[in-house]
Amino acid sequence: MTHELEVSIWRGKAAGNFVRYEVPRLQSQTVLDVVTHIQRQLAPDLSYRFACRVGMCGSCAMTVNGVARWTCRTHVAKVASHGVLEIAPLSNLPVIKDLVTDMSGFFDKWARAKGQFRGSASRHEAFAAVGPGSARRRAVDAGIECIGCAVCYASCDVVSWRPDYLGPAALNRAWTLVNDERDVARDERLAAVSGDAGCHACHTHASCTERCPKGLSPTAGIAGLKRTIARDPGPQRP
Amino acid sequence: MTRARLQARLWYWQRISAMVLALAVLIHLVIIVVAVRGGLTAAEILGRTRGSWAVGGFYLAFVVACAVHAPIGLANVVEETLGWRGARVVWLAGVFALLLLGAGLLAVWGVVGAPS
Repeated sequence: MTHELEVSIWRGKAAGNFVRYEVPRLQSQTVLDVVTHIQRQLAPDLSYRFACRVGMCGSCAMTVNGVARWTCRTHVAKVASHGVLEIAPLSNLPVIKDLVTDMSGFFDKWARAKGQFRGSASRHEAFAAVGPGSARRRAVDAGIECIGCAVCYASCDVVSWRPDYLGPAALNRAWTLVNDERDVARDERLAAVSGDAGCHACHTHASCTERCPKGLSPTAGIAGLKRTIARDPGPQRP
Repeated sequence: MTRARLQARLWYWQRISAMVLALAVLIHLVIIVVAVRGGLTAAEILGRTRGSWAVGGFYLAFVVACAVHAPIGLANVVEETLGWRGARVVWLAGVFALLLLGAGLLAVWGVVGAPS
């Protein structure tokens, strides 16, 4: 293990440059630890985001040596075998400053994909009984643990080619709601995720699935949306 | 037809035509192997293919599947690499489809229909 890490960090906005820092190498050090050390010891004006530090909040994703990752759960030993780290903001999102991106477009697309649950039952009715072994419930379980970190969105070539493309996270969310037996906005949602800004633009490269830190498969969800739209046309749907 | 509806249908047609093409390529390879037996000259091969309704029907389906599949893919490539959108992409894909269909039908006619 080297004693010092050579760390290059993006400084600036869309225009900017990488600035090099030397950071002590420690045992069990995460990439977020490295960024935090730089901000607290070397460059107090460095901007970055984090909150939970345990892989739950999805706020600390950055591009580490060219690959989008959640930095709080990424050990330096895994990504910097030669002691060199290059840390940049996530791709496909506008840079606000340094490592902080504007994620409003990312979450606006969740709204465009009708990512909000809409039920019909009131609080006076009994809980819906959804069998844990049913096919639809299993499909929900497979995609529900998304933390909204945008690693998939930053890794998606189609997002970079088609800026209006909803992206893997929003479509994964839509797929979980399409399979939610309590939801009543299925037709409206399937109409919203159709077309070349929706699931039909996906090339099935599966970068999202490869990079998802939670091990989810948005690719499978998007394929499910395509199948559902093809097999089960609805009144508002293609 | 809305744009989303059109895109969903185009995706569906491209998927179906891909299935046809996957099968057609395999059959095409078999036909090549069979057709060259007993002589490799153009006249000898055409002597075996001309007048064959089976060969003509198969290659007609092959050409139609190509004319459906390739222009949809080309439209996607143009949209994603050049940033084109709207009517000019539809026109480009349509013209390309007609070119493929025309050239393909001429080729089919040359192999099975044209008098020697």
